Amino acid sequence: MRRVYVCGIGATPIGEHWELSLRDLMVLAAKKALEDSTLTKRDIEAVYIGNMSSGILQGQEHLGSLFATWFGIPGVSAQKCEAACASGGVAFHQAFLAVASGMYDVVVAMGVEKMSDGNTYDVTSALIMADDQEYVAFTGSSFVGLNALIYRRYMEKFNVKHEDIAMFAVHDHKYAVNNPLAQYRKAVTLETVLNSPIVADPLRLFECAPIGDGAAAVILCSEEVAKKYKSDRLVEVIASSVATDILSLHNRKDIVTLNATKLAMNKALKMSKIDLKDIDIVELHDAFTILGVIHLEDMGFAEKGKGWMLVKDGEIEKDGKIPTNLMGGLKARGHPVGATGIYEVIDVVTQLRGEGGRNQVDDAEIGLAQNVGGVGGTVTINLFRRL
Amino acid sequence: MNTFINSVPRSWRERKYKYRLIGGICKKCNATFYPYRGSCPYCGSDDIEEVNLPKKGRLISYTIIYSPPSEFRLKQPYIVGLIELEDGTRIIAQITDVDVNEVKDGIEVEAVFRRYREQGADGIIEYGIKFRPISD
Amino acid sequence: MKIKDVSIIGYGAYVPIFRIKDSEIARVWGRDPKRVPVNEKSVPGYDEDSLTMAVEATLNALKRSNISPDIIGAILVGSESPPYAVKPSATVIAEVLGVSRIVAVDMEFACRAGTTAMQNVIGMVGSGMIEAGIAIGTDTAQGRPGDELEYTAAAGAASYIISKSGNDDIARFEGSFSYVTDTPDFWRREGERFPRHGYRFTGEPAYFHHIYSAAKGLMDELGLKPQDFAHVVFHQPNVKFPTRMAKQLGFNKEQLKYGLLSGYIGNTYAAASLIGLANVLDNAKVGDRILVVSFGSGAGSDAFSIIVEDGILSKRDLAPKVFDYISRKKYIDYSIYSKFRRNIVM
Ligand SMILES: [Zn+2]
Repeated sequence: MRRVYVCGIGATPIGEHWELSLRDLMVLAAKKALEDSTLTKRDIEAVYIGNMSSGILQGQEHLGSLFATWFGIPGVSAQKCEAACASGGVAFHQAFLAVASGMYDVVVAMGVEKMSDGNTYDVTSALIMADDQEYVAFTGSSFVGLNALIYRRYMEKFNVKHEDIAMFAVHDHKYAVNNPLAQYRKAVTLETVLNSPIVADPLRLFECAPIGDGAAAVILCSEEVAKKYKSDRLVEVIASSVATDILSLHNRKDIVTLNATKLAMNKALKMSKIDLKDIDIVELHDAFTILGVIHLEDMGFAEKGKGWMLVKDGEIEKDGKIPTNLMGGLKARGHPVGATGIYEVIDVVTQLRGEGGRNQVDDAEIGLAQNVGGVGGTVTINLFRRL
Repeated sequence: MNTFINSVPRSWRERKYKYRLIGGICKKCNATFYPYRGSCPYCGSDDIEEVNLPKKGRLISYTIIYSPPSEFRLKQPYIVGLIELEDGTRIIAQITDVDVNEVKDGIEVEAVFRRYREQGADGIIEYGIKFRPISD
Repeated sequence: MKIKDVSIIGYGAYVPIFRIKDSEIARVWGRDPKRVPVNEKSVPGYDEDSLTMAVEATLNALKRSNISPDIIGAILVGSESPPYAVKPSATVIAEVLGVSRIVAVDMEFACRAGTTAMQNVIGMVGSGMIEAGIAIGTDTAQGRPGDELEYTAAAGAASYIISKSGNDDIARFEGSFSYVTDTPDFWRREGERFPRHGYRFTGEPAYFHHIYSAAKGLMDELGLKPQDFAHVVFHQPNVKFPTRMAKQLGFNKEQLKYGLLSGYIGNTYAAASLIGLANVLDNAKVGDRILVVSFGSGAGSDAFSIIVEDGILSKRDLAPKVFDYISRKKYIDYSIYSKFRRNIVM
């Protein structure tokens, strides 16, 4: 396998982009990433677009050709990749494979979701399609509801208080303040989180990632192309892994562990030949506060049932043992579903390049981005190293 | 939204498993699961038989849906639970005939046949199994 | 019509858990909360209809029958509130039971449809067409908001498994008699959501005339007198009508005791007389003779004479009893009632 590098990143701010369409968002993100890379459109050989719900929410499929057309690069290899909320992560994985295999030298990994056009009920209907339509969506559960089932079980099993988990949202908001791409650049208190309306008991509104529009793109290149860059512009992809788990919670023996995270993590560590302790920064997929806590455990940073303590003890802060979600996480940076996996990559690369501004972690060398689809039916782990 | 979810054959195809709580039992690793499928999700074996699952169980987690998918809009709020049946098989289903402020983890529940969703006012009604607390 | 060798081998009832007090309905419409026809009535939950209630009643009946559904040859569902105007409930019930090689059909004759289903199954069993069949009466009766009927229109179901007489019978049919005339005391036109009724016209020329004629006709044919019956069950749109009917025919309060439930649950339409019969079976002694007379608007009555057999003793406790359902209840107010009944128009 060939070495693969990230040589360009670009994304739209996340929010309610009333004036921007699905295609506008893709074009904007790709333009920014290309500018950042200093490559030209003609260098692009393939495009992988992560997206979950363009069909149901926009009545639009065939995003590969759509993007190639509107970006003015018809002729390239281009396709949509879908794995619910992990769509961006799997698009990145495909792009990685395309370069690593020797097939292409310059590819775009992109993610996009245009959500704000639909009302909340319809978006809720679209999101539950991440699970089994016949035996889970059929019951009227929302996607938030499934995570609420995990949440309640977790609190009961490990005797953890609601506020200790809800802290994760406070953490995210604190760091989003300094991220110009973030949807909510405003700090919140624990009280605000706990007093926000209940969406699916026990999950409160401020514990759930918001609905938003956004597109993010990264340019991946081979070593040959990378040679023309100064090293401070380059980040190497040292591992890219994808793992699946049984789709629905009721068929899993343990609902407070996402087995796919463990599997993807093992694969990634093996591939990169690094140890867990070598990881300096983490972007994890906390679509809901409880997931942030569970991911810390499943990735190996905390014992099962104790992930919340890392948050409470300040260990996921900028100067903590395992700085996490330093650009605002899903809660505050935002979660335009199919784009999230790419935003996470951008957040990690930004830090590794030393461009994190007020959120910059000192000497970050190795970073991890975790992207989760459904209730852990798919998990992708990508590891990056500063050159 | 409903245009795409609504399909008569899609729901018709599943009627047996939805009406009668028929699961699968793996002849190789002995696992049971709902609904029936041809391959074991645990060991991959293709030697699976249909099994009538127990109609009683225990609520091991639940949530109250206050922001439902569009098809369930007029029913909110309602309870969705993770139920462990008497043989250990788990199922996600609505918990019915109980107020949202009365539901508790660990309560004993029994299967009942109820309406789940309608494919619009002039479309078909999708029925299935829900669970209600067993009254003492 | 004398009936030979046909028996009830299983029975089951169902009443939803929700109740609304008539005083609550009266409060909304500015009526005197003390002058209401029943204390309270059963209300189907948001996820219930006449079909789901029929399923639960039928599963209860099967529990008491000790038979495998495979020997069932017919499922006849009597209801005036089917979830579909066109598409049978009977086939869904057959699917729940896992049987296909059967006669399955819905029947409509206002509140009389359940007993008519029963009469048809008796005929099919008696003729040897089928070994056993299921007759169901089930309704989620509709009362137009503000109308008199809103105080009584309730929900419930009862299901009977009827077979050739054997060793394990719950009760044996002795005879049946029907009486019909063209009397439009209550109706619902095609496409209309709520029924209309003839107010006081529903009484003397309708309810009383038909029940009286069917009861008299049956007793004459079988040579029986009111005192030969331990129990009597009439259709029960309220408490007053069946009480007056009993008196008029020469029955006393004791005979009416178990069969009159409208005071607790309201008028369950096609299920009313059959739930009454189920409660009698929950309480009767072996050898008791029961008179059941339904009434359906339009109009007609079916009368049955039934004798309790000793199978009742071992089977009675195999499923929830009528009073298990009656005493398990949750009160709702008129707002929740309107939500459940889908009376909130968006
Ligand atoms: Zn197996």
